[in-house]
Amino acid sequence: MSIPILNASGCLDALAAPDVAHSLDVFVTKTITPLRREGNPPTRIAETDHGMLNSIGLQGPGIDAFAADHLPRLAEIVPQLWVSVGGFSAADFTLCCERLDGDERVAAIELNLSCPNVEEAPETAAQLVAAARSATGTPLYAKLSPAQWDIAEAARAVVDAGADGLSLVNTIRGLALDPVTLRPILARGVGGYSGPALRPIALACVHACASAVDVPIVGMGGVSTGRDALELVAVGASAVAVGTALFSDPGAPGRVRAELAAEAAARGFGTPRDLRGVAQAEKSL
Amino acid sequence: MRRELLQVAGNEIVGPYVLLRLDRGGLEPGVPGQFFMLEAPGRLLPRAFSLCVAPPDELGFLFEPVGPGTRALATLEAGDAIHVTGPLGNGFDLDVERPLLVGGGIGIAPLPYLSERLGGPPALLGFRSAHHAEAASLVPNAEVVLEPTLVTDALPGEPGDVLACGPEPMLDALEALVPGAQLAREAPMACGYGACYGCVVQRNGGYVRLCLEGPVLTATDAHR
Repeated sequence: MSIPILNASGCLDALAAPDVAHSLDVFVTKTITPLRREGNPPTRIAETDHGMLNSIGLQGPGIDAFAADHLPRLAEIVPQLWVSVGGFSAADFTLCCERLDGDERVAAIELNLSCPNVEEAPETAAQLVAAARSATGTPLYAKLSPAQWDIAEAARAVVDAGADGLSLVNTIRGLALDPVTLRPILARGVGGYSGPALRPIALACVHACASAVDVPIVGMGGVSTGRDALELVAVGASAVAVGTALFSDPGAPGRVRAELAAEAAARGFGTPRDLRGVAQAEKSL
Repeated sequence: MRRELLQVAGNEIVGPYVLLRLDRGGLEPGVPGQFFMLEAPGRLLPRAFSLCVAPPDELGFLFEPVGPGTRALATLEAGDAIHVTGPLGNGFDLDVERPLLVGGGIGIAPLPYLSERLGGPPALLGFRSAHHAEAASLVPNAEVVLEPTLVTDALPGEPGDVLACGPEPMLDALEALVPGAQLAREAPMACGYGACYGCVVQRNGGYVRLCLEGPVLTATDAHR
């Protein structure tokens, strides 16, 4: 068993690019909400010097249309399917999870507790996880925001509330200005910041959570090479997701997987999994 | 979807624009109006360009160096190599009886290849200066207007089958004047293959991804 390679939710449409989806070990859907959403007005994306901002706003068909139309087609083409769900209240999370409960085509549900581009639910992440847990026996992954002082505390809280794993991390809120007008480039102003700049932040979050809780962690944030994936595994990730890198290189999943194996072998590890958590070991100087 | 590392054959100045020619490798030129994602050296995201010219064994892209990505592309020299993905999206429907190509500014980019495929139909091109209008040399049978005259001022009474690309106000004006016009639109795009949902435009009361539904949209079904 090696380190599974996933896509970060919202960074791939498996129906539009089935070949890319097929190159993953697990495909994670774009976040599904109870009702259809048109998403935020354009301009929705902006490149910055060290990353990019997006403000898509959870555009999607809603859980009923997803379950009836998208899910059967996705199940045909992806090796393993995780569904990302989101919403604006605990009841939204309950509803989406109830709808997917018991569906054998859904290997796990990722709870998007941290979308930076829509209004937040009033409940805490742990309360949202508890609401989802009450609705389904399907494995639940809690996707946390890196924008919190003590993410390990948040990790303990969501695991206590019933999360089976963690997805670390979501984008972090950022702003970019048009160089001429000095107005925000994105129509909604702020957006979620992703790409290479997020990588050290993701490493710190995975590092902190891996020593706080004993659940699988999907590490993500600025991964574009096998070396990047290796570092996430070294701090405790048991799987790695590729996000923004998919935009420039649809072949990134296969490339990252091969590079990760080579990087691990070059360091004397039989498989990448063998080096999971080595960065957690006490420093011996 | 095909992505390859292509060698740069040359970079030419055309007025204020740059024509970047790449060895074609295994990529097909596709249908005029389709686009390619070009790696912009040193930048995170690739840039979307429609194909401008398709000489044998080459793909040529016309752009204006205005931002960090296009400026980086403009500095490429023969022998350099960049990753290119494409062709992507839906191009122009070439099954037209009386084609009239209409272009504005850097929006003329897809028209040379379109003209070639349609056998050199008449074209009407608008530019903001004589310097910009040097690019009209790429399009045969072109009538050129300069600001303050607009292409819509010079449009014949019976324009026929309009196939157009240009700035948004120009395309919006054509959309109102010429039902059925084929309009190649533009939007900021991170991926070019439906993954990022960044390039949406309004259509039929909702947002659709221009990279998948377009970039060529017909005036009658755009419903802006």
